[in-house]
Amino acid sequence: MRRERRGVLVRIVRHAILLCGAIVMAAPFVWMVATSLKPKNEIFATEFHLLPKTWGAVENYHAALTQVPLLHYLFNGAVVTIAIFVLQVVVNMPAAYALAKVRFRGRALMFGAVLFCLLIPYQAVALPIYIFFAQVGLLNTYAALVLPFTISVFGIFLMRQFFVSVPDDLIDAARIDGISEYGIVWKVMAPTAIPAITAFGIFSLVAHWNDYFWPLIAVDNGRLFTPPLGIASLKLNGEGTAYGSLMAAATVVITPLVFAFLVAQRRFIEGVTFTGLK
Amino acid sequence: MLAAEPDRTRIDRPATGAAGGAVTLKGINKQFGDVHVLRDVELDIRPGEFITILGSSGCGKSTLLRIIAGLERQTSGSVAIDGTVVDTRRPDERDIAMVFQSYALYPHLTVFDNIAVPLRMRRLAAYQRVPGAGWLPGVRRTKQDIARAVHAVAASLRIEGLLQRKPAQLSGGQKQRVALARAMVRKPRAFLMDEPLSNLDAELRVHMRAEIAQLHRQLGVTFIYVTHDQVEAMTMSDRVVLIAGGVPLQVASPSAIYGDPDDVAIAQFVGTPRINILPAVATANGIDVLGTILPMASGLASGTPLQVGVRPGRLLVTHDVGGLAGQLTFRENLGSDLFLHVQVTGVALPLIARCDPAEAHLHPPGTQVRLAVASGHALLFDMAGRRLRPAASHRPEHAHA
Amino acid sequence: MRDTTLAADRRMAVPIPVRDWRHTLRVLALTAPALVLMLGFLIIPLVAVILLSFTDYQLGASSLAVIGFDNYVEMARDQTVRISLVNTFIYVAIVVPASVALGLGAALLIEVDASLRGFYRSTYFLPVMATLIAMAVVWEFMLDQRFGVVNIFLRSIGFGSYDWLHDRSLVLYTLCGIGIWQSVGFNMVLFMAGLTAIPRELYEAADVDGARSALDRFTLVTWPLLGPVTVFTVVITAIRAFQVFDTVNVLTDGGPNKASEVLLHTIYKEGFVYFRDGYAAALIVVFLAFILALSAIRVFVLDKRTRTS
Repeated sequence: MRRERRGVLVRIVRHAILLCGAIVMAAPFVWMVATSLKPKNEIFATEFHLLPKTWGAVENYHAALTQVPLLHYLFNGAVVTIAIFVLQVVVNMPAAYALAKVRFRGRALMFGAVLFCLLIPYQAVALPIYIFFAQVGLLNTYAALVLPFTISVFGIFLMRQFFVSVPDDLIDAARIDGISEYGIVWKVMAPTAIPAITAFGIFSLVAHWNDYFWPLIAVDNGRLFTPPLGIASLKLNGEGTAYGSLMAAATVVITPLVFAFLVAQRRFIEGVTFTGLK
Repeated sequence: MLAAEPDRTRIDRPATGAAGGAVTLKGINKQFGDVHVLRDVELDIRPGEFITILGSSGCGKSTLLRIIAGLERQTSGSVAIDGTVVDTRRPDERDIAMVFQSYALYPHLTVFDNIAVPLRMRRLAAYQRVPGAGWLPGVRRTKQDIARAVHAVAASLRIEGLLQRKPAQLSGGQKQRVALARAMVRKPRAFLMDEPLSNLDAELRVHMRAEIAQLHRQLGVTFIYVTHDQVEAMTMSDRVVLIAGGVPLQVASPSAIYGDPDDVAIAQFVGTPRINILPAVATANGIDVLGTILPMASGLASGTPLQVGVRPGRLLVTHDVGGLAGQLTFRENLGSDLFLHVQVTGVALPLIARCDPAEAHLHPPGTQVRLAVASGHALLFDMAGRRLRPAASHRPEHAHA
Repeated sequence: MRDTTLAADRRMAVPIPVRDWRHTLRVLALTAPALVLMLGFLIIPLVAVILLSFTDYQLGASSLAVIGFDNYVEMARDQTVRISLVNTFIYVAIVVPASVALGLGAALLIEVDASLRGFYRSTYFLPVMATLIAMAVVWEFMLDQRFGVVNIFLRSIGFGSYDWLHDRSLVLYTLCGIGIWQSVGFNMVLFMAGLTAIPRELYEAADVDGARSALDRFTLVTWPLLGPVTVFTVVITAIRAFQVFDTVNVLTDGGPNKASEVLLHTIYKEGFVYFRDGYAAALIVVFLAFILALSAIRVFVLDKRTRTS
C-alpha cells in the first residue's frame, strides 16, 4: 500500500523533471518555428507570445528563399552529403572486408594505421589539404567539399568489426561458387552488413549535412554554399536583425533532418549509439 | 563447518541455522497479458527437502521459482514460508537465496566482495557502507564478522584461493561455486536455483550435480531446484514436480515419477529413450495390444480404447512365436546398452527395445522379430492420457503425496 | 580459375605462398583506394602539419624558411593563444561534467519507466542532430537583450536582462550553455546503450541480496557497470568540446575582446583568414596533442579495467 503511493510520487517527480528538461531541449525549435510565422512587429515584442496574432509566414519564407538561393544551398547539401556517403561506401567497404576476412602481408600494419587515423580530428589535417587544393586549383569546387571525406577510417573500422562476425563459411561457400573477392564484397558482405551501413550512413549524412568548418574553408563562392554556410551568410550579410526570414531559413535547413529523424527515430538513435560506441 | 553466528534476518528462527523452510503455494496463477503461464499451482514443499521443478522450456517453471523468490508477483494465490504469508515481502525479506542461471556475479567486485554483499546489505546501513566508514561505531566489528563468515563459506566450498579474483578470471565451475557461496553465506532457509548447471560443460555438470546434492545434505535446508534436465531431477531430488503447460502434473519421488507416472505426458518426458506408447483395447480377459493379449485387468468395459506404455527395458526381443511381430529397422549400440528399433504395423513410430550389447549378433537389421511385454510392467493410460490404475496392479508404495 | 581460387583461399588454415601475385592483386584491388586516400588525406597531411609548424610558410608566398621552434616560442608569448587556451579549458571543464551528468540523469530517469519514454528520448536527442549553425542563430535571437525570449522570461520572474552574447563576463558561459544543450542527448543515448547492456539478473541478484533502495541498486550495480561507458562518454564529450567552433564563429567571432576566443577558432583565424600557415600549424600540433592525450586516457583506463576485471 505504502509502496504503491510512493510509486505514484516517483512517477510524478520523474515526469516533472523530464518535462522541464524537454521544454529546455525543445524551446529553440518551437521558438524558431513560431518566430518564422510572425510579422516583424510581433517578432520585436518585449512580451511573450508563442503564437502569432497576425501571420507573417509568407513574407518570412519568401524572403528566406529569395534573399539567398536557399533551395540551391539545400541542393548543394544533398549533392555533397550523398556523394560523400556513396564514395565512402565504395572506397571503404572493400578495405574493411580485406581487413576482416582476407589474409595478406601488411594487414596488421594497415589496421594499425586505421586505428591511429581514428584519433586524428579532421580539423587538424584541414590546413595542408587546403594548401594542396589551393595549389592545384580545386578550391571552390564540389570536389573540394567531397574528396577529403571519401576516406573514412571510422567507416572502415566500423564495417570491419561487423564483417569479422560474419561466418567464414559464408565467404568460403561464395568462393567455392566462383564469386570473385570483389563480388563477395558487394553480393555477400554488403547485404549482410545493411545494419552497419545504415548506421554509418546516418552518422555520415548527419555529420556532413551539418558540417561547417570545412565548407567554410574550402568554398567562398556562393554557388557552392552548403546549408550551414547559407545560414551563416544570411546572418552575417543580412541586416542582422531580419530574424523572421532568418528563422524561416533555419527552419527550412533543419526540416529535412528532423523529418528524417522523426520518421526513423530508432534507426537514428541506434546509428548514433552504434557509431558513438566505437 | 559454517561459523554459527546470529544473523539478523527478517523471519525469526533458531540461531543454529540448520532449519529448512517449508514453502507453501496456494492457488498460484500468473498471467502475462493474455498468456496464462501458471494455473492454480498448489504445492507443499517440506522443510529441508530437495525438490526439483522439472519441465520443458516455457512450461512456467522459472516463473514459479521467481514468484517464490519475490522477483515476480503472482496474479493470484499466495506464497507462505514457514506458515507466514510473504506475498508483500521483497525478495530480501523472504530469507531465501537464489542461484541464477548466469550466476549474476557482480563483475566489478572481487569474489570476496561478491560473497560479502548479502551480509553487507543486511548488516550495514547505506552510510556505513561508504568506503572509509570503518571508524564509525560498530562498523569495524561488523566488517570483521562478515569477513569471517565469508572465509568460512569459501573454505567449505574450497574457493579460498579465489577470493581476490574478479569473476572474469574464473572458470564456469568456479563462478558456480562463488554463486553458491554468495547464496550460502547468509544461511537462508531456502535455496532457489534456476538451471544452475546449464552453462557448464557436460563433465563438470556431472561433478557439480554430486556436489550440490552433497551440499544439500550438509546444510539441511530446503532446496528448490528448477531444471529441464530429467537426469538432474532424477539424481538429486527427494521429490520432483513435473510441470507442463503451467500445471503441475505430478509431485512424487523420482522413482515414482519414472515408474508410476500419473500421466502419459510424464511417462514420455522422463526416461531415455522415450517410453513406447501402443494403442490397445480393453477386453474381457485382458488388454488387447494389436492382437496380443496382456493378461491384466483394466476394470473397463470391453471395447474401451486405451494406451499402453512400455519402457524400452521392459520390451523383450524374441524370435519365438507370440507377442508383437515387427521388423528390426535400426540398431543403436551405446556400448552399455543396445537399442533396437522395431517397426510394428499399427504403430506410427518404431518401438524401441533395450537389450544386452552382447546379443547384438542375434539381431541383424532387417530381421523379423517378436516383442513381448514383460508382465506387470505395462502402464495403462486412457485416451486423454490419464493413468489407469486397475486394483490388481496398484502399487501402494508409490502412492504420491 | 576455380581451382586456383580454391587453392589460394584455403589460406584461412594454410598460409598462402608468399609470392602469389594474383592474391596480391586481389588484395590491392580491395585496399588500394582506401590506402591511397588514407595516405593522401590523413597521414601525409598530418606529417605536413608537423613539418609546416617549423617553417614560416604563408599561403601565396614564394619562399619558405625553416625557423625551428620559433613558432612555438611565439605561441608561448602570444596573449591571444593564452586566452584562447584558457577559454577552451574552461569550456571543456564546464561542458563535460554538466552534459555527462545531465545525460546520465536523463538516461536513468527515462529508462526507469515506460511512460512517455519515446517522447522524452526523441526530444532530448533532437539538438544532437539539428544543424548547429542554424540552432546557433536561433539561440542568438532567443538571447537577444531586449526581444529575446530568455530575457523576457527572466524579466517576468523579476530578474534583469542580460546581454548574454556581448557581455565579456557572460559570453563564454553562454556558449557553454549552448554546448551542454547540444550534447546532453548524445551522452544520454550512450548511457542508454550502456544501461540496456546490464544483465537483468544482476538487478535481481541485488534484490535477493538485500539492495532495497534505488540508491543501493545504483551503487551496487548500475554505476559500476556503467564505468566503461562513462569513461568513454567523458572522453568523447571532452574531444567534442575541445573542438568547439561553429557557435563561436557564427555568434561571437571570439569576442567581445577575445572573451570567447577558443583554440580551434584561433587556428581558423591564423590559418585561413590571416594565412599564417606555419604558425597555425604549430597551433594545430598543440591542438592535436590535447586530443591525443584525451584519447590516450581512454585507452589507458579501459585497458586497465579490462585487464583486472
